Amino acid sequence: MVREGILIDKPFERMTHEQVLMIHDASIEILSDPGLLCYNKTAAEILHSNGAEVTAVTPSDLPCWHIKMPARLVTDAIEAAPKTVKLGARNPDNMLVMKGDEPRVYFVSGSETNIWLDVDFPTYVKKSDPSVELRVPEFHARRGTVADLCQSAHVCEHLETLDAYIRTVNIQDRDITEDNKDVNKFFASLNNTTKHFMTGLTNLQQLDNVVHMAELIVGGKEQLKENPIISLITCLVKSPLQFVEDTTDTFMEGCKRGLPMVVSSSPQAGSTAPIKEVGIMAQINAEVLAGITLGQLVNRGTPVIYGSVPVRARMDTLGDSYGSIETSQYNIDCVQMARFYNIPNYSTAGVCDTKTPGQQTSIERLFSDILVTLSGPQYLHCAYGLLDCNSVFCLLQAVLDDAHFQMLKFFLRRPRIDEQEMATVLKQLREVVATPQKLYIRYIRPVMRSGEISPAYAFEGDGETDDVFYLAYERMQELLTKPVEHIHPATTARIFDEVPGILPRLNVYDERRQ
Amino acid sequence: MSEDIIAALKENVVQGRKSLEDEGIDEDLTGTPGVVELTQQALDAKVPPDKIITEGLTAGMQIVGDKFASKEYFIPDMLASAEAVGAAMDILKPLLEEAHVETKGKFAIATVKGDIHDIGKNIVAILLKGAGYEVHDLGIDVPTEKILDFIRDEKPDYLGLSALLTTTMVVMGEVIEGLKEGGLRDSVKVLVGGAAVSEEYAREIGADAYCIDGFDAVRVLEGY
Repeated sequence: MVREGILIDKPFERMTHEQVLMIHDASIEILSDPGLLCYNKTAAEILHSNGAEVTAVTPSDLPCWHIKMPARLVTDAIEAAPKTVKLGARNPDNMLVMKGDEPRVYFVSGSETNIWLDVDFPTYVKKSDPSVELRVPEFHARRGTVADLCQSAHVCEHLETLDAYIRTVNIQDRDITEDNKDVNKFFASLNNTTKHFMTGLTNLQQLDNVVHMAELIVGGKEQLKENPIISLITCLVKSPLQFVEDTTDTFMEGCKRGLPMVVSSSPQAGSTAPIKEVGIMAQINAEVLAGITLGQLVNRGTPVIYGSVPVRARMDTLGDSYGSIETSQYNIDCVQMARFYNIPNYSTAGVCDTKTPGQQTSIERLFSDILVTLSGPQYLHCAYGLLDCNSVFCLLQAVLDDAHFQMLKFFLRRPRIDEQEMATVLKQLREVVATPQKLYIRYIRPVMRSGEISPAYAFEGDGETDDVFYLAYERMQELLTKPVEHIHPATTARIFDEVPGILPRLNVYDERRQ
Repeated sequence: MSEDIIAALKENVVQGRKSLEDEGIDEDLTGTPGVVELTQQALDAKVPPDKIITEGLTAGMQIVGDKFASKEYFIPDMLASAEAVGAAMDILKPLLEEAHVETKGKFAIATVKGDIHDIGKNIVAILLKGAGYEVHDLGIDVPTEKILDFIRDEKPDYLGLSALLTTTMVVMGEVIEGLKEGGLRDSVKVLVGGAAVSEEYAREIGADAYCIDGFDAVRVLEGY
């Protein structure tokens, strides 16, 4: 069994086939002229030995090479990239199978924020009527911790619509260092969710430790290949058109180990990419293809995902505007480009500009969530709980988002119109018109409890009051009390023995940890 | 034997099963006797009609009401049960009349002249019938004169007037004026309802009560 996701029968596409071809041709042209800058020596050597034109850039503050990729190198890599990518999970029922030509959407959390937003509900007395007490949410921002990461993985495990987990918060405890951050974020996440876990890597030196942790969990190297419970996101190409030294290293090492890798590019239209749609599309597509090409040269057949995180610049600050309408357009275009190559796509939706949950948040999120979902990306990073672009994570918002995705999933069910259904309703119709009341109500009941009727909004209050936040908070608390299936005690013991640096307080079986 | 039938009757009211064709809620009970069949079985077993009503139908409806209040049941469940009880009351009515057992009251209901909306009115009628009232549904777009004639001739205890539109709700006031002019106002309690109507408007036209929905109507009547 694998997770079902939601299949979009007729994906929404904005570009004509001719426009897709035009973007593709422009991207291929960009990769040879002007080409890319590469700050990673190994990558430059690999590209050179496979036919790319590579020249050292001098003078330069950092070692740098100018790369011109011939079209053949890129198209060959596109062909070599697997058209189906499997993302495993601790619970095999949570596995995802993504086919590049099948618009089956999986909803995913993410991504790493520095700030964790707590909420409480103090009450206030109404001035005009002191007998009335009002409950108002108050949000408090603080730095994220490893305990927060555990909590978010725990809740995400129980969010029905969430198919995979991208770590939500950067762990900034006093005892977390550059050296032990990766092992702790991997263990905190994997121990609290049985869904697929994807993240970026902080320190390449820790890659083998986290891979070993995953191997211990699934039972060995071969088992990890069969059930890759972890995958990596790497922004190896910095816009515009530059292979970065460290993330390119991480990417190549991940490819060597056969891990599923997201080749992610996040240009900002207006600053690091042209402001016009045609321009950012040609550039982001070139950047992702460059990464895919390098990945296939490092390890032909390594599973890669076409990762797109394009965004438009805000005109007032030149910061990212994830809530802008154009951001959704770019993402939808990227989904179409990935499908053109039959490579599974990682796309972005639901990121908003606002700093706290509220009306603008809901509007911005739902707008992109609905539209980008309809375009049929396979792996939709839809930012459960994410606020203030990529800066803040709020667990309450993640619970709210789950309710919205339930509505979206319900909406996207296939219509049930067939001979049998038609015969049944025609019989009903004839019966009802023959009665004095002429009401179909009695026929509601058999379907009411079958799941065929969409439920009321999950956080609907009594009467006319809007209690959405408080009701979502209660739901969040309820999910936190629901147990999760932790890693087996014996495996946990081996992980703590063989993987250095994991904080003892993360061992749920150690009675001394409190 | 008769106790078993009464218990089954009560349970089938809770399940909202009018007849053996109905499914029920907890499991598929299609093919087993529903409220109509069980009422007939009870009568065949010589169970007194008042016992059928109090220990079977009303007791079942009490549970349904509790389940509705706790949000376990929804309006379609409540209506299904009320409809089943209404069908049982149709069977029992001649016997109750023979035995001089009075219903909870005679209730006339109509959508006023100019208004053809009847969903709300029909739901109210089903619920009241299920609650034990003798309901006379005069229909939709009913001329004021026809309503007044019915009040004069049939002497119902209650009159329910429904209007959906702001343009037709004024007719409710005309009906009440007509009752006053005909010397009938004190003989009948007038309840009004419908999307356009409000508590304030009900007071303005001199109605006895405004009912927000069918359940409210049952509550209001129980207060009389």
